[in-house]
Amino acid sequence: MANLVEIRDLRVAFDGVPVLHGVDLEVAPGEALGLVGESGCGKSVTWLAALGLLPSKASVTGRVQLGETDLTGAPQSALETVRGGRIAMIFQDPSSALNPVLKIGRQLCEALRLHRGLTGAAAKTEALRLMDLVGIPDARGRFRLYPHEFSGGQCQRLMIAMALAGEPDLLIADEPTTALDATIQAQILDLLARLRAEMNMATVFISHDLGAVAQVCERVCVMYAGRIVEQGSVGQLFEHPRHPYTRGLFDALPRLFGPRTALVPIPGTVPDPRNLPGGCAFQPRCAHAQPFCQSALPDLLPQRDGRKLACAYPLPERGQGGERQAAREGVFQ
Amino acid sequence: MIRFVTIRLLRAVITVLAVMTFAFVVLRMSGDPAEVLLGPDVPQTVIDAFRKQWGLDAPLWQQYLSYIGAIFSGDFGLSMRDRSPAIQLVMERVPATLQLTIPALLLKLGIGIPAGVYAALHRDSAVDRGVIFLAILGFTIPSFVMGLVLVLIFAVTLGVLPSGGFGSWQHAILPAITISIGGIGILARFSRSAMTEVLGQPYIRTASAKGVKWRDVVRGHALPNAAVPIVTIVGFMVGSLIAGAVVVETIFSWPGIGRLLIVSVSNRDLAVVQCILLLIAAVMVVSNLIVDLLYGWLDPRLRA
Repeated sequence: MANLVEIRDLRVAFDGVPVLHGVDLEVAPGEALGLVGESGCGKSVTWLAALGLLPSKASVTGRVQLGETDLTGAPQSALETVRGGRIAMIFQDPSSALNPVLKIGRQLCEALRLHRGLTGAAAKTEALRLMDLVGIPDARGRFRLYPHEFSGGQCQRLMIAMALAGEPDLLIADEPTTALDATIQAQILDLLARLRAEMNMATVFISHDLGAVAQVCERVCVMYAGRIVEQGSVGQLFEHPRHPYTRGLFDALPRLFGPRTALVPIPGTVPDPRNLPGGCAFQPRCAHAQPFCQSALPDLLPQRDGRKLACAYPLPERGQGGERQAAREGVFQ
Repeated sequence: MIRFVTIRLLRAVITVLAVMTFAFVVLRMSGDPAEVLLGPDVPQTVIDAFRKQWGLDAPLWQQYLSYIGAIFSGDFGLSMRDRSPAIQLVMERVPATLQLTIPALLLKLGIGIPAGVYAALHRDSAVDRGVIFLAILGFTIPSFVMGLVLVLIFAVTLGVLPSGGFGSWQHAILPAITISIGGIGILARFSRSAMTEVLGQPYIRTASAKGVKWRDVVRGHALPNAAVPIVTIVGFMVGSLIAGAVVVETIFSWPGIGRLLIVSVSNRDLAVVQCILLLIAAVMVVSNLIVDLLYGWLDPRLRA
């Protein structure tokens, strides 16, 4: 089946400082894709750039193919019909993502008018249905309330309702649960999973919460310093991560079962995009780095099991001995 | 809501009372009207008779109580110069002042806000820098300097407008512009910063992500949020409709409240000065009250 969205060699620079170094990504219709990585690795920027939502000082090159149109070169009017229509987006802090001085009903109806041409009573009926759908109790009574009269979790539900108003083919959820309580997070994740199934809508789930990604997604891309470093199915990556960075993300997670062990943080921090290390961007923090890693940047290459990997000295494949570890298999395979 | 309005009204009354008291005390402590009005060479008996006639011989607290009492019964006192009612003298001058300050207010709103919003929408562009520069120039140059510069250019050099006086609408142009320039600068700066802040908010990105046209994002989503700080400044400007022209009226010999105030202060015409100060305070307080009510209407989070 043809891909819904194909991103090719997407590059973004702010004031001449590159923050995204050529990202290739595709989303199939109905698919749930996770995008994980530490803050500042380019997860959100990828999709903000794709939808033309970055400030004008950002320079964006590359191709974002949605059906026949390339969004990076598209005129504003074309982007406006795509945004909220074919691709909707919800954001991190739902309480500040809704306009504080406009009634909820009005914000919902605006999306319905823009993308489905609904006005007046028809728009209100549909808005109430959407509020019901995302689990806002007493939608009719709360149609005329303002965002500050809803809780954070309810605001995120309303954001989702607003995103669904255009009946999009793809929903980008940019850290949708980060600002919410743990119990509310689970409810929002359930809601997203349910809606995706019901509406056959592809979802890109941007998060640094691996547990949430495992719950919602089928396929995962791990990003580091503006590049994708490992990509594969949730099963592949979660059971057997091969990029040391992916592995590091898992080691930093607390375990629910088994003996209590100390969490292993990844040493150091994400590099400053103005001052990237030579070679592989992760090498200064990597326990497996070899001298070679400082000189060459590994490409993202397909592996035998179907995943893609950008590492010269990846962790061994399942069932392989330790001696193979020294081979630069990620590069030469 | 009723509680909110009641509290604000009470506060407004207290503010006006405080202004009245302050004006009363300061005026009586700072000079003797008898000496100023009658001149230095009159005999003591005449001065005593004048004091008795105007009640200036009574203790200060008695004068104060009778003054407040009179105000509440609608009596604002008589001018010491010609014994005509102070309120009448003041009210005669109000239209002349408003003929300057209302056009000036319209200029401030009509130029300042659009300039600031435009600058915010084109941040760091040449236009933006130009607006900031002109705005700072506008509100740092004192109005008496600005007035004289305008007179020099348009009256003396070009000879297209009168340099002062009162009569035709042409006479109002230079003073009205002089009054408006500082306000235009202030409003442009405020609108720009308010709008810049709002444009960086997540809900603006939400609106764009939802497919709203940029023009409608600005109008429907950004401007209503930027309105609260802008309305605060506009409230002050409306409040100074009466008092905002004192200096400029003097420069342009415009027969408004400002000139009456200056003449009355130098003559120690107590009733007239007090009446003007009361009017200025009342206008300021009422406009602040309106601003407070507007807040609630503009921003639902501020509704009590």
